[in-house]
Amino acid sequence: MNLPLFRVQDDPGPDFSQLLARSGFAPPVQTGGSLAPEMYRHGTTCVAIRYVDGVLLAGDRRATSGHLISHRTIEKVFPADNHSGVAIAGAAGPAVEMVRLFQLQLEHYEKVEGTALSLEGKANQLSQMIRANLPAAMQGLAVVPIFAGYDVKRNEGRLFEFDVTGGRYEEADHASTGSGSLHAGTVIKLGFRRDLAEADVVRLAVEALYEAADEDSATGGPDPVRGIFPVVATISADGYQRIGDAELRDVTAAIIDSRREN
Amino acid sequence: MNMPFYVAPEQVMKDRADYARKGIARGRSLVAFQFDGGIAICAENTSSTLRKISEIYDRIAFAGVGKYNEFDQLRIAGVRHADMKGYAFSREDVDARSLANQYAQSLGQIFTHEMKPMEVEILVAEVGFAEDGSQDQLFHILYDGTVMDEDSAVVLGGETDVISERLGTFKKIPTLKDGLTRVVAALAGPDRELFAASLEVGVLQRSEPRRAFRRLDDEAVASILGS
Repeated sequence: MNLPLFRVQDDPGPDFSQLLARSGFAPPVQTGGSLAPEMYRHGTTCVAIRYVDGVLLAGDRRATSGHLISHRTIEKVFPADNHSGVAIAGAAGPAVEMVRLFQLQLEHYEKVEGTALSLEGKANQLSQMIRANLPAAMQGLAVVPIFAGYDVKRNEGRLFEFDVTGGRYEEADHASTGSGSLHAGTVIKLGFRRDLAEADVVRLAVEALYEAADEDSATGGPDPVRGIFPVVATISADGYQRIGDAELRDVTAAIIDSRREN
Repeated sequence: MNMPFYVAPEQVMKDRADYARKGIARGRSLVAFQFDGGIAICAENTSSTLRKISEIYDRIAFAGVGKYNEFDQLRIAGVRHADMKGYAFSREDVDARSLANQYAQSLGQIFTHEMKPMEVEILVAEVGFAEDGSQDQLFHILYDGTVMDEDSAVVLGGETDVISERLGTFKKIPTLKDGLTRVVAALAGPDRELFAASLEVGVLQRSEPRRAFRRLDDEAVASILGS
């Protein structure tokens, strides 16, 4: 791999995907044909909720291929950079690759320009990447993420939903994506308050995923036997922080207890 | 038909080297050194926006002296090289030695084949994980592609000999405060004093698990030098 020096007029600027395209590393675009759902892994339910210190992202751990469970511990919530994160639903392969590119894109921009993108800029960047995936989405390989972050200029958490065409929709309070999103969204809608503290919002998110798993076969519930819990992360002024499994074990136990019929 | 004058290759190379050295000597110098928590780079730079020191990758930093647009072009090329390599392979496969060689190849090529050599001297620093600093690397690369692998401390710029002499050698790896105080005194010389506002300091912090580079703002530099 040689040193990528460009003539001034060909310079890709701070755009990492442009750089990849110019250096022959661009991922191939899917054209023609379509894949049966059991041929690739599919990840589902993720939620985002705003709370007093910022915003929370959570996702279940199941991946399915058609009617089979293909992975019990997949992770669908990722840090995008220090003050933002992304949760994905859809075809797992393209989704994870999109997140990897997105993370690199943000870091690359920050290093080349010497300053980080604004939260709005990051959301737009992700929107363009989803738009570029549209041909693949038409073949069934759709990726539908949620983007959430702490806006250091406005001092508040913000969250964005997307559709397969790259449409970007800012949500005020909460968002959900994936096959269990209808059930998870309803739980959040009922339990949401503007003054949720961190402990409350973690409980609400885990509860939403619990109920989604109860109704949707593609969403995995917490598995205390194997020690598998959802991935939950908070993003506040202090940055992106993943909640530890020990805490999630307690939250899950409390939820299961409250559901127990005596 | 006009015959071009014959110029001996020795003369061509000497002229180009002189030209590059003159350009480099016009700017201020910088020093990179190992301290007990990693590697620090300190440059004399009155601008707070046009940087000489910056991040390349997780544990790799870049510093340049000479003509700003030229070393900045090299800096960006380094970031691109590192990010693409990390994307194509893995983050741990990105290393300073390979990047330093790439820089050397490009600078060497430009020095011999282009009209004008680049008027720059650059540094590629990588902080290792070993507590004693034995895995740290400092590569000093000249305008003609010469690469030097330095230990513990290196001076880049026009007055390297004078500054190196003032700096001397560190007997053991210093703390950030001791090292920086000595480096700033060496950069300033006996007749003047340098303050935080005219210094740019960047640090590769060994204990950071991933992105190790951070900039010290004027306030942080002043407090390190002051107390």
